[in-house]
Amino acid sequence: MNASVQPPVAAPAAVTLQEPAAMPALTLTERLRPYAQSVLPPLAVVLALLLIWQFLASGPNATLPPPTKVWEDAGELITDPFFDRGGLDKGLFWHLLASLQRVAVGFTLSAIVGIAIGLLIGTSKLAMRGLDPIFQVLRTVPPLAWLPLSLAAFREAQPSAIFVIFITSIWPIIINTAVGVRNVPQDYRNVAAVIRLRGFGYFSRIILPAAAPYIFTGLRIGVGLSWLAIIAAEMLIGGVGIGFFIWDAWNSSNLSDIIVALFYVGIVGFLLDRLMALVGHLVTRGTATA
Amino acid sequence: MSGPSGAAIALHDVTRRFPLKGVPEGVLALDRVTLDVQPGEFVALLGPSGCGKSTLLRMTAGLDTPSTGTVRVGGETPAAVAARQGFGVAFQDHALLPWLTVRDNIALPFRVAGKPVNQGRIAALIALVKLTGFEEAFPRNLSGGMRQRVNIARALVLQPEVLLLDEPFGALDAVTRRHMNLELQRIWTETRTTTLLVTHAVEEALFLADRIVVMTGRPGRVAQDLPVPFARPRPVEVMREERFHEMQDSLVLALEPEAHD
Repeated sequence: MNASVQPPVAAPAAVTLQEPAAMPALTLTERLRPYAQSVLPPLAVVLALLLIWQFLASGPNATLPPPTKVWEDAGELITDPFFDRGGLDKGLFWHLLASLQRVAVGFTLSAIVGIAIGLLIGTSKLAMRGLDPIFQVLRTVPPLAWLPLSLAAFREAQPSAIFVIFITSIWPIIINTAVGVRNVPQDYRNVAAVIRLRGFGYFSRIILPAAAPYIFTGLRIGVGLSWLAIIAAEMLIGGVGIGFFIWDAWNSSNLSDIIVALFYVGIVGFLLDRLMALVGHLVTRGTATA
Repeated sequence: MSGPSGAAIALHDVTRRFPLKGVPEGVLALDRVTLDVQPGEFVALLGPSGCGKSTLLRMTAGLDTPSTGTVRVGGETPAAVAARQGFGVAFQDHALLPWLTVRDNIALPFRVAGKPVNQGRIAALIALVKLTGFEEAFPRNLSGGMRQRVNIARALVLQPEVLLLDEPFGALDAVTRRHMNLELQRIWTETRTTTLLVTHAVEEALFLADRIVVMTGRPGRVAQDLPVPFARPRPVEVMREERFHEMQDSLVLALEPEAHD
């Protein structure tokens, strides 16, 4: 067998190994662009609105103070929300805290009771037929309409306010929970049937996780309604709280304080909504759908 | 495991009527169906939509009961087999629980059965369905074919006596479906579990099954019971053989509504 002799292969030309081309470093402008694109438009709109407000409220027949006057009159409320001179003379932080404490109690109660009733209605046709018509009527009653009744029943401001929060925020929680339970996909029920998942196991492993996105939608709507309800309720029941602060400012013809308080109310409401959305996302692990 | 007749699955004179408003006698979905599946056999139930194939499979799994006739699995009632987790079932919609990872979805039958989770078994199944590396992924991170492979792994996790597949690849595109047929054949070759596959895809039935049971349109009756002559393991090239095409044409004709009139 002849081994075919190969001619020697020419040595390859010297190859200079180059580092892989590094990505060009982003300039500061390029790095800030995404943030600018999300922050600048709302800032521009706010600025425009402030200018329009300043223009409209500076005329001789203006009934509301312009932004410059608000800053002048209520500067301390904005720059120092933590002061406490005793009694009701407190910074906005303390008023907001008192309101948030009431919301926390009322909303927690409505979440517990609302989810429980929602689960019952969602799983039992009999409960659905019995309770749904009553709930559909009661949920249309405005929050403040409950206040005289709750004051008569509890004879104290604090529990009355908590009851108003509870009764206002419970309906979306009940309805969304019930819808969530009824909308558990048949496929999941099939899985449960095949692997013989029953009773509490079926409830905890299939029903609750599948209904969780609906439940959190209800909670998110509920927390917003709680915040709306407490502001209204506090205007009537008095004491420390942002609602009472607004009412007191109105009685003192202090419009600048009202405007600042409304701004804070809006910010807190927004943060409550975002917080509930975040908790919902974490609990459902962002896996609401396959 | 087989019963006195030697069959792993035995359906005898099974009839199923569904109640319907305005129709006192109800709708006849299945009419006197008799069918035996031997241990380790792969049988495909082929028929047009609405012929009662899925109803037959659900009755085998103990999820439905016949109006008349008997269903036995290894000589026992489906309820008895189901009670000891003897069935592995995969439906058309993978029905993976989206809040559980791949590993946890596959482990679910262990937890429900109150058995300690056999991590070795789960790892072996994940490897079997070629999903190593995706253990901690959620269903939303997987493709349709991958989800269906997790579904099959979950069905096999407790080493069931019988595997019941209800159009498992019905929701997949043609290319993925063909790939999944190859995968299922490979998995079945390794496990040799008695399998009943419901499908209306002739090519799928021919490629996968040892026997094809052709059903008529409603009411469902057994029209034909054909052995599939191709040796195993079947390469994808078998689908290009003349004999395969002849059988495919013959089965397509058998599924035509006029064929049974």
